[in-house]
Amino acid sequence: METKLEVIDLNAWFGAHHTLKGISLHVPNGAVTAIIGPSGCGKSTLIRCLNRMHEVVPGAHATGKVLLDGADIYAVGIDPVQVRARIGMVFQRPNPFPTMSIFDNVVAGLRLNGTRKSRHDLAGIVEHSLRQAALWDEVKDFLYASGVSISGGQQQRLCIARTLAVEPDVILMDEPCSALDPIATAKVEALIHELKQQYTIVIVTHNMQQAGRVSDMTAFLYLGTLVEFGPTERIFTTPEKKETEDYITGRFG
Amino acid sequence: MAVLLPLVLIFGYLVMKGFSSLNLDFFTQLPKPVGEPGGGMANAIVGTLTLIGLACAMGLPVGVLAGVFLAEHGHRRLGSTIRFCADVLTGVPSIVIGIYAYTLIVLPMHSFSAYAGGFALAVIMLPIVTRTTEEMVRLVPSSLREASLGLGVPAWRTTVWVVLRTARGGIITGIMLAIARVAGETAPLLFTAFGNQFWNHGLMGPISSLPAQVYTYAISPFEDWHRQAWAGALVLLVLIFLTSLAVRLLTRGRMRSAL
Repeated sequence: METKLEVIDLNAWFGAHHTLKGISLHVPNGAVTAIIGPSGCGKSTLIRCLNRMHEVVPGAHATGKVLLDGADIYAVGIDPVQVRARIGMVFQRPNPFPTMSIFDNVVAGLRLNGTRKSRHDLAGIVEHSLRQAALWDEVKDFLYASGVSISGGQQQRLCIARTLAVEPDVILMDEPCSALDPIATAKVEALIHELKQQYTIVIVTHNMQQAGRVSDMTAFLYLGTLVEFGPTERIFTTPEKKETEDYITGRFG
Repeated sequence: MAVLLPLVLIFGYLVMKGFSSLNLDFFTQLPKPVGEPGGGMANAIVGTLTLIGLACAMGLPVGVLAGVFLAEHGHRRLGSTIRFCADVLTGVPSIVIGIYAYTLIVLPMHSFSAYAGGFALAVIMLPIVTRTTEEMVRLVPSSLREASLGLGVPAWRTTVWVVLRTARGGIITGIMLAIARVAGETAPLLFTAFGNQFWNHGLMGPISSLPAQVYTYAISPFEDWHRQAWAGALVLLVLIFLTSLAVRLLTRGRMRSAL
């Protein structure tokens, strides 16, 4: 498979705390890559390094390279804002903008970036994005209701629609289902299956069954180092490392 | 109850003493010389509104920007210095701020002026607006900031369109508190705006204000003026009350955006 994101010797710190130690891996194009591992192993830090969100936290910094289509997003002169427009992110807790309607939430990325578009074009983008996020039929009759008036699962799909509207190449999902009930989780997982036709997806998950269901590739992280990385099926059936086997069989974590 | 009681008592007493002197003339006429019945405080009402307007024009932009700066970058050393200064400024007696404005503006300009009065009030408003803005901006969950940054929105646009927009209600409440505080200030106006028995001629000259007018009338030996002072105090209180109420109504339930 063609490589979309290539991580080379990535290290990350929070202040003096070294959270990621020399991570290198290839994220294939048009597939779902899952990052698993016990709490505090650096999963979220890793995914946040992939679109330069890590450095937003005061005192945090990272070294190493992340190549998007061969170009380093950490190179001198690269604007992190541009990186984040190409590599979108969905967060752990649904976080629609509470002051905006559903409609405005979907086009928030475009509007806030100062893109001028006609009302008609925006309406088209809203419908397209909400359909992609499998939310259109549920909210089409009250697009002007507040973005936080819908259920948690719908809010998370709204956040996905909001990310899609910016037309990124890669979508990062940081435990997108951890705040959702099983039915909403199933919907988001089905959506991830749909989206990988068009996008490269990296997902952090706590839930190994979920990693098994949605991903093509799996990376196992432990104590800030990458223990094993390979096709999901192989990682779950014949792991090479002892730690991986212990973790996926539930002996720790 | 214990909080409400003083307010009700003050308001009741003011209505009792001042309501009888309120009439159309009070709002439209200039003060009359001692002994002549009638007259009003129209110039003082307009003056107070002018001074508050000037104070807002000078104090709010600085205060809100400083508050946003403290909330977003306040962990740096400069942040704690500014925060400390703002806290000290809150405690500075308003008469001292009046002297400051007198030295800085009245002396070089060789004239009492509305500008000087507005400036003194702006200085009093500044720390209140700064600290409430900071608190309100801090209350905006960082997840919203991250959501916006994650969409590829630059940091300054995120601050203006997501953070400030979300914190708007609280910031406006803080501004109202600051306005209510300075609307009744008398001491810093005595030697900056000074006061004036006639219509105000431009912002470069002395200007009257309700609190100063009430003060002048209240310490005078004339029964007529005492009644006018009560009425002036009542009007001042109602003015502050109405501003607070109006803002409450305006900021309520603003979920739907203006499309």
